[in-house]
Amino acid sequence: MEIPTIVGAGLIVIGAGMGIGRIGGSAMEAIGRQPEASGKIQTAMIIAAALIEGIGFAALFAA
Amino acid sequence: MISKFTAFSAFVGLMFFSAPAAAQDHGHEDAHQEEVHHDDAHHEDAHAVEMHAEDAHGAHADHSEGHGHGEFVPASDTEGRKSVVKETVEHHLADSYEFHIVGPVGFPLPVILYDNGLKVFSSAKFHHGESVAEVDGQYYMVHHSKIYKTDAEGTITYDEHHHPTNEKPLDFSITKNVFMIIFMAVFMFFLFRGVAKTYKNSLVPSKAGRFLEPLIVFIRDEIAIPNIGEKHYKRYMSFLLTIFFFIWFLNLAGMTPLGVNVTGNIAVTVSLALMTFFITQFSGKKDYWMHIFWMPGVPVLLRPVLAVIELIGLVVKPFSLTIRLYANMLAGHVVIMSILGLIYIFASYTAAIPFTGLTLFLYVLELLVAALQAYIFTMLASLYFGAAVEEHDHH
Amino acid sequence: MDKLINDFSIGLFFWQSLVFLLLIFLLRRYAWKPILNAVNEREESIEGALKAAEAAREEMKALQSNNEAIMKEAREERERILKEARDMKNTIVAEAKETAVAEAEKTVVAAKAAIEAEKAAAVAELKNQAAVLSIEVAEKVLGQELSAENKQAAMISKMIDEVKIN
Repeated sequence: MEIPTIVGAGLIVIGAGMGIGRIGGSAMEAIGRQPEASGKIQTAMIIAAALIEGIGFAALFAA
Repeated sequence: MISKFTAFSAFVGLMFFSAPAAAQDHGHEDAHQEEVHHDDAHHEDAHAVEMHAEDAHGAHADHSEGHGHGEFVPASDTEGRKSVVKETVEHHLADSYEFHIVGPVGFPLPVILYDNGLKVFSSAKFHHGESVAEVDGQYYMVHHSKIYKTDAEGTITYDEHHHPTNEKPLDFSITKNVFMIIFMAVFMFFLFRGVAKTYKNSLVPSKAGRFLEPLIVFIRDEIAIPNIGEKHYKRYMSFLLTIFFFIWFLNLAGMTPLGVNVTGNIAVTVSLALMTFFITQFSGKKDYWMHIFWMPGVPVLLRPVLAVIELIGLVVKPFSLTIRLYANMLAGHVVIMSILGLIYIFASYTAAIPFTGLTLFLYVLELLVAALQAYIFTMLASLYFGAAVEEHDHH
Repeated sequence: MDKLINDFSIGLFFWQSLVFLLLIFLLRRYAWKPILNAVNEREESIEGALKAAEAAREEMKALQSNNEAIMKEAREERERILKEARDMKNTIVAEAKETAVAEAEKTVVAAKAAIEAEKAAAVAELKNQAAVLSIEVAEKVLGQELSAENKQAAMISKMIDEVKIN
């Protein structure tokens, strides 16, 4: 039985979305705890999100 | 000089800020396209007719499922209208050999081919892709925004995946995207040279500098210095500033109704990412290569494994830079145009009003994404440079 | 992936790279360097001005504290001088007192000595008077018995020797 690639793409999007969502959420919490470190947290958040996004795109184009 | 530059910025400003309004216009246009589509005023429609005619001519009228957009597709034929929207979107995103401004207004661009010698001719010879261009005894035809070598009749043959099997000449044409790149480069040169000149009289920026200087300082203080470090950042400032404004301005230009999709083009993003990649590798210091091939502070047995992972990372970084920008910009265009297309498919005012509002909302979102993607690209580039020049204190 | 490779245009890649590299070099020469230099210069001048202001403020503060120190010193000096003057007065007064007492004592001693001398003289006078009187009395009493002068004198000196004046 062959699984259509669109299902794979969907799974990738769900995974990447959850990952980025968690990063965003944690970053918000961290900023809430330490508002003075918001600049550093934002940078780290964007980097982490970008890495996940990169993997997500790679998988999407492979699918 | 200043006045010229002011005129320039006014023009571009108008272009940028009229964008949301233009989106609405687009919506209206599409909504009443139903009534006016017969008068070939809508240029894309006209173009599609030609494409369709050409397909029929090539004996392989296949991909458009029998629906060209010039023909009247009744509102009841949802499938037919869907394929029309799909083609319009695809056409809008593709590169082109001529520059359409609005409707039939536009101008041809030079075609430069390398095919047994350099061949330069105007794209007017294709008659909007309708006819075969004959140059020095060779015949060329535009098919899906690419030039193919054909015979005098313009026959295009296909393989089983409907990919044309005709030979493609080496194509260095000034296409719409190349034209936009050159235009933007010239624009940026005059814009920033103008800003630089205002500093000669006083240290306080004036005119456009008031808006641009905070951005330049932001890139220096928030992107370059924290990521690369106080010691080395100066060498990379030119690249980072240029790439940020280049991506941002082209993203914004893509938001205009001109249908410029430069940053949503894979060749452009590959070029930008490769430049970042090469600059990173050439500025790599001993520590950088050490961390890739022989990670310190890790058991010796693990080091080769880590080296493999690091090497994969080396390739993945420019790849993700490429894809991120490309996919984000492309997706933005596709979503906006698809929603506008929905108005055409549903063909009712009940659909037109909410979808126009939704498009407006997405438009504003895309304006944000335009800046965000430029920021992320610059940020990641400076991060990679920072990793390359970093000097670790060995413990 | 297929679509990506299919969409890739060598010509666009070529132009993009060429134009972009040119743009970087042109902007570096004509825009970024002047702009960044100007921004740096301005930041430095602002920093310099701030530092100068800070220095001026410090100096003002130093001057103020200096003034205060001088005032304080002057006050102390005055106090000291006043105290000295007071002390001096006290010593002078004490010395004068001492001298006066000593003078008085000396005067008293001298007076006493004079009185003693007067007293001695007076006693001697009295003795002489008493002798003369005694002789006269004795002459009158003993007129007849002691007619002869030499017998009288011997008898008087014998009598004077016997008399003890106290």
